[in-house]
Amino acid sequence: MLSMLGNYEEIAAMILFGIGFTVLLLDKNMIKKIIGFSMTDSAVYLFLAAKGFIRGRKAPIVVDGVTEMGAYIIPIPAGLVLTGIVVSVACSAVMLALTVRLYRRYHTLDIDKITRLARKEEK
Amino acid sequence: MELWKSIPFVCILLPLGSAAATSVLKGKIAKRWTGFVLFAVSVLSAVFEVLMRFYGQSYTYMMGHYPAPWGNEIRAGELEAVTAGFFAFIMFLSYIGGIKKLKEHVLSDKHNLYCVLMLLLDSALMAQVYTNDIFTAYVFVEIMTIAAAALIAARTRGRTLVAATRYMIMNLIGSSLFLMGIIILYDLTGHLLMSNMHEAIDTLAKTGQYKEPLTVVIALITIGLAIKSGLFPFHKWIPDAYGYSTPASQAVLSSLVSKGYIFLLIKIIYRVIGLDLYKETGIHNVLFVFGLVGMLMGSFSAIKQNDIRRMTAYSSVAQIGYVFMGIGLGTQFGMMAAMFHIFSHAVCKAMLFLAAGALVDASDHHDEFKYLRGSGYRAPLAGIAFSIGALSMVGFPFLGGFSSKLNFALAGLEYGGIHAVLVVVVLMASTALNTVYFLKTVITLYRITDHAYEIPVKKPEFLFRVSLILFALLNIGLGVMSQYFINAINRGIIMFG
Repeated sequence: MLSMLGNYEEIAAMILFGIGFTVLLLDKNMIKKIIGFSMTDSAVYLFLAAKGFIRGRKAPIVVDGVTEMGAYIIPIPAGLVLTGIVVSVACSAVMLALTVRLYRRYHTLDIDKITRLARKEEK
Repeated sequence: MELWKSIPFVCILLPLGSAAATSVLKGKIAKRWTGFVLFAVSVLSAVFEVLMRFYGQSYTYMMGHYPAPWGNEIRAGELEAVTAGFFAFIMFLSYIGGIKKLKEHVLSDKHNLYCVLMLLLDSALMAQVYTNDIFTAYVFVEIMTIAAAALIAARTRGRTLVAATRYMIMNLIGSSLFLMGIIILYDLTGHLLMSNMHEAIDTLAKTGQYKEPLTVVIALITIGLAIKSGLFPFHKWIPDAYGYSTPASQAVLSSLVSKGYIFLLIKIIYRVIGLDLYKETGIHNVLFVFGLVGMLMGSFSAIKQNDIRRMTAYSSVAQIGYVFMGIGLGTQFGMMAAMFHIFSHAVCKAMLFLAAGALVDASDHHDEFKYLRGSGYRAPLAGIAFSIGALSMVGFPFLGGFSSKLNFALAGLEYGGIHAVLVVVVLMASTALNTVYFLKTVITLYRITDHAYEIPVKKPEFLFRVSLILFALLNIGLGVMSQYFINAINRGIIMFG
């Protein structure tokens, strides 16, 4: 139990992941769905950033001549977070664009209502 | 290093670079250039397949200046070569088969953007097939998701927009799970390259450390990719997404997009986790059960449809079920059957959608069955192509579908026990259901009608004819020469292990 408290960043990330995932899956409102998606991905990045950081070590930029490996953290997790953020921004943008198009057409953000309207429109 | 080893790299980079360039080209030039690039990629992949056959082993190709545990890598073996060849060729044929319909379905000033999406999809497929780096795989999975969603929405109708949105939601759910899985895996192993990850996981499995996290990771990756490829309970977006978009999109989406994810899953199972550890966790049983249920439920739903495109789309749900059943057996035979079915279904479904589009056009643009009567006479080539596709789906000898059904049955029997009974019974039931709805459609196509159709039937365009004829030949080739491909897949899977 105490060891879990020590990993509070990871626990926070998992809780956020759960909240975001549920909203993305179950909420009817498109904007809330997109917020849920952003939360889900941010939670993953928080997890990754927390795992990539070691207390007492520095970013791997040699300025004062220290070259031993133990003094620095690995830069890859931070790089992955940046790449991931770019990807999730692109996905959010696509989702928002689709939402704008749907709202202009059906004047609602409720995905179930939109589906019903689209079916009716076709008939 | 020999020059030909750069072919996979070129196959990824050429469409990716051209996609950027195509966005500023004018419509007609963009379309020609895209066709040329897709053709070039398929020719290169075919050449590469032949070369790999003679080379007889796999190799890794360093991307950038950093060697293996740090840098990025491409890995190519025989399975990758065959798959990439098939994917690239089907992509090209679907593109030329559907390109003329773009005029009707996509605004004329957006044609170059449609080409950009096609090229991005091609690049993402190639990258997913060849990559040896799991995070690169994730990035290209997302590129493919975005490109596919835009391909669905390219035909501006209410239902395509809704379908694209639903597609995005389900796929984002899948990618979130997949991303979480690979991040935890990275945390456990400290590597991103598949081969290094595999070594680390082997050590973990031997020492018995991190047993639960590993199980969670395997579940997350499997379920994430299964959701993305539309396995049965997550299939709700498939009929709308495949049913209402423009024919080129339909062909590409139904035959390639979901298959790319499945190939990635198979690659991860073999190259990262290892088949034995995968079976120890028991997750393959979940895939097996859902695959079986999907085979039946997809076929039942297909029977209920009164619209040719939605019916074909629901049939895809059933076929994805077949593939996951093969993976769920967890044997090499099962994997081989699944891989072969990926090919035979991809070749068949793309042709069915292209032909269905032409049949619908010859019936006053109605896609209900009652209007489609006699359309086989009004659009003869499309009618024949649809019949060949339908027969292949049903499992008629000398066509691709027959060999894949045979493979599944043999794989099930080889496994033995309750699995064998389940596989054979469900396979039989599903085939019977397939026969009901596909042969019903074929009979409808050739029923004589006295309804007068307004639209005079035009001669089909040259490219469309070429595409359909090549697809039909591919189907027959897959059936007649099935042993060649089965051997290639088997060798490729052994190279994986």
